[in-house]
Amino acid sequence: MKRRIMSIALAALTILGLLSGCGGGGGGNASGGAETEAGDGGKVLNIYVWNQEFQGKFNDNYPEVEKLSNDKSITYLKDGTEVHWIVNPNQDGVYQQKLDEALAKQGSAPADEKIDMFLVEADYALKYIDPDVNVALPLSQLGITAADVPNQYKYTLEAVTTADGEIRGLSYQATPGMLVYRRSIAQAVLGTDDPETVGAAVSDWDKFYETAEQMKAAGYYMYSGRADTYRVYSNNVSAPWVDGSTVVVDQSMMNWVERSMQDTQEGINHNVPGQWIDEWNKDMGPSSKVFCFFLPAWGLDVCIKPNVEGTDAAQDWAVCPSPQSFYWGGTWLIAANGTDNMSQVKDIMLKMTSDRDILNSLAVNNGEMSNDQPLMEELAQSPEFGIELLGGQNYLGVLSDAAASISLVNVSPYDQGCTEEFQNVFGDYFNGKIDLEKAKENFATAIGERYPELKSGGVRWPE
Amino acid sequence: MKSEKKIKSVSYAKWGYIFILPFFLTYAIFSVIPLADTIRNSFYEFYYSGLKAIGPNWVGLANYTELLSADLPKYAWNTFVMWILGFIPQIVIALILASWFTDARLKIHGKQFFKVVIYLPNLIMASAFAMLFFALFSNAGPVNNILLRMGVIGEAVRFMESTLGARTLVALMNFLMWFGNTTIMLMAAIMGINPSIFEAAELDGCTHFQKFFRITLPQIKPLLTYTLVTSLIGGLQMFDVPQILTGGQGSPDRTTMTLIMYLNNHLQAKNYGMAGSLSVYLFIISGILCAIVFRMNTDSDPDGSKFAAKRAKAAAKKGGGV
Repeated sequence: MKRRIMSIALAALTILGLLSGCGGGGGGNASGGAETEAGDGGKVLNIYVWNQEFQGKFNDNYPEVEKLSNDKSITYLKDGTEVHWIVNPNQDGVYQQKLDEALAKQGSAPADEKIDMFLVEADYALKYIDPDVNVALPLSQLGITAADVPNQYKYTLEAVTTADGEIRGLSYQATPGMLVYRRSIAQAVLGTDDPETVGAAVSDWDKFYETAEQMKAAGYYMYSGRADTYRVYSNNVSAPWVDGSTVVVDQSMMNWVERSMQDTQEGINHNVPGQWIDEWNKDMGPSSKVFCFFLPAWGLDVCIKPNVEGTDAAQDWAVCPSPQSFYWGGTWLIAANGTDNMSQVKDIMLKMTSDRDILNSLAVNNGEMSNDQPLMEELAQSPEFGIELLGGQNYLGVLSDAAASISLVNVSPYDQGCTEEFQNVFGDYFNGKIDLEKAKENFATAIGERYPELKSGGVRWPE
Repeated sequence: MKSEKKIKSVSYAKWGYIFILPFFLTYAIFSVIPLADTIRNSFYEFYYSGLKAIGPNWVGLANYTELLSADLPKYAWNTFVMWILGFIPQIVIALILASWFTDARLKIHGKQFFKVVIYLPNLIMASAFAMLFFALFSNAGPVNNILLRMGVIGEAVRFMESTLGARTLVALMNFLMWFGNTTIMLMAAIMGINPSIFEAAELDGCTHFQKFFRITLPQIKPLLTYTLVTSLIGGLQMFDVPQILTGGQGSPDRTTMTLIMYLNNHLQAKNYGMAGSLSVYLFIISGILCAIVFRMNTDSDPDGSKFAAKRAKAAAKKGGGV
C-alpha cells in the first residue's frame, strides 16, 4: 500500500513538473499588448539596445550610476534600482524581432520584466512610434514638453512626432555625415592634408571622381565599398521607399547602382561587400590603401577609432564636407508603454539628451555630435575643441551647417529592410553574377518575403 | 482460496500506462498541438505588418499554390545539390576508411585515435563550424592570405560570391561534419559480416577489390540504404551551415538558399501562413522518406536469402530457356 501511494505521488509529481513548465506563457497579444497602465517605483529598469554604445555613454555620464556588475550587463543606480541591458544585434532585423516579442508580452509580463525603455534607429523608428500600435509613450505622458528640450536640433524632434502631434522619443545625437579621410594618403596624392584643400578636391561628385582617378593612378582606392556611398544616395531621394503597398525605387537609388557598378569595375572602390564586416574594418586599419569613408560624427568613435587605436594611423585622419550632404543613423530613446519606472525613465531621457554637461562630455570624450544646437555652434568656434583621432581638427565646423539641414521626411517604416535587401541583391550584380533585370526580380522577391504586406503592390522602378 | 483468487486478478498493466503517460503528455503538448497549429495556419493568410497582425483570413490552398509556383522548386533544387555534393564524397571516403579500419590484414596503428579524430568535427556546433569557415574563406581571410603569399593566386578569390564557391563550401562542411559518423556506422556493419566468408574468399585467391565489391558492399547494402535515407532527411533540413555562411541571404543570387532558410525567412517576417504551408510540404516529404526507412527496417528478407533464391530461380529459368 505504501509503495502504491509512493508511486502515485511520484507520477503526479512528474506530470505536475511537466505542466508547470507550460504555464504563464500565454501572452501573445496581437495589438502589441499595451493595455497596462504605466507605473512607477519598479526596482528593475529594462532597456533594449542593439549594441553597447548607449550603455557605455550612460555608464560614463549618468550622474545616478553607482557601479556596474562584473559582466557589465547590469548597472546599479544609487537609489538601488538595477538597470538591465538587453542587447540584440541590429543586423537582419534580430533586434526588432526580439523587441517585438517582448513588446507583445508587455501586458502580461511581471513588473520587473517589462520593458521600460528601448532604443530605435532612424531606419525603423516609425514602426515603433506609430500611435496605432501604441508601444511608445508620448513625452507628454511622462511630463516632458518641447519646452524642456529647447536646444535640440528640430529634426530630431520632428522625426519622432506622429500624426496626433505627440512626440514619442528623444535623441542625444545629431547625425549629419562627412567625409573622413586619411591624411597620409592626401599628402601622398594631393600634396597636402589640409581639410580646406582636400574639401575643395571633393566638393562635388565631378571633383570627387577627378580625385578618385588620381588616387587610382597612385595605387590607392578612393573608398571602401558600395555600402559606403549608399547613404549619400538614399538620403537624397525624392519620396519614401513605400507608397501604399508599392515599393518605389527612386532614381537616386538607380544612380547609386550605376555609379557603384562603374566604381567596382574600374577599381575606384575596394569592392568590400558591406559594412560592419572584417574587410571593412581592415580598410580602416593602419595598413589600408583606402582614402576616405562617409561617416557621421559617431562613426569616428564607433568605426574608425577601434581599428587604429595604438597604431601609426591613430591620428592620421581629418574630415571635410561630403560631396553631397547626407545623414546616417540617429538613435532615439523611447519610453515603453507599460513601464513601471516612469520617473526614472523620464529622468534618464531628459538628462541624456538635454543636460548640457553630459552632452558636452559626449562631444569631447566620445566624438559625438550632441543634440544641442547652441552648444555645438559654440564648440564649432572653439579653438580648444579638437579630437585626437583627427590630429586635433575641430570637426564640428564641418558638421554644424549640415545638421541644421537634415530632413527625415522621406523615411518609411520599411527603411531597414529595403536598405538591407537592396544592398544585398545588387551585390550580386556588382560582382557580375547576375544581370540588372535579375537583380530587380530578386529585390522584388526579397521584399515580398520580408514584408508580406508589400507583395501585392510589387516594385515600381524608375523609367 | 479466496485470497489466492484475488491476487490472480491483480493487473499490473495499468502501471505501464501510468509510467508512459508523461511521455505522451509531453509529446502532445510539444509536438502534436504545434503540428496541428502549423497545419491550421497553413490555410490562412496570417502575418504581422510591423506590430499589427494581418489576418488570420481563410485562403484555402492559396499559400500552397503560391509556394509551388514561386520559389519552392528552386530552393528544393539548391538543397538537393548541396546535399549530393557533400554526400558523395562522404559515402566514398567513409567506405574506404571503414574497410581499411576493419581489414584484419592491414595492421593500422592508432585505430582508436583516428576514429576519434574523424568523429571530432561532428562534435562542434554546426553554426560555430560555419563561422570558422566564414572567417577562413573570407576575402581577406587566412586561406586567401596563404594562397596570395605562396603566389598560387594573383588576387584574392571571392569564394562566397560565386555559386560554385559558396555551394562547395557548404558541401565541404557537411562532408567534414558527417563522414566520421558514417564511417563508424559502416564499420559496425562490416564487422557484422561473418569473417569466415572473407576467409573462404581469400583461400580462393580473391583480391582486395573483389572482396570489397563482391562481399562487403552487398552485405552492408541495407545499412547503406539506411545511411542514404537518413542523410537525405538530414539534408532536407540543411539550415545552419548555409545560413551562417551567407548571413541568411543564400547569396549569390539565392543559389545557396535551402528550404529551411526559406522557411526561416517567412518566420522572421512573422508570416505564419506561408511558413505553415512550407512546413507541411516538408512534413510530407520527410514522411515519405521515413516510410521508406521503416519499410526497410521491417524487411521480411533481412539476410537477402529470399532475394537470392528468387534470383537463382530466375537464372535457372533463363538457363533453361537457352
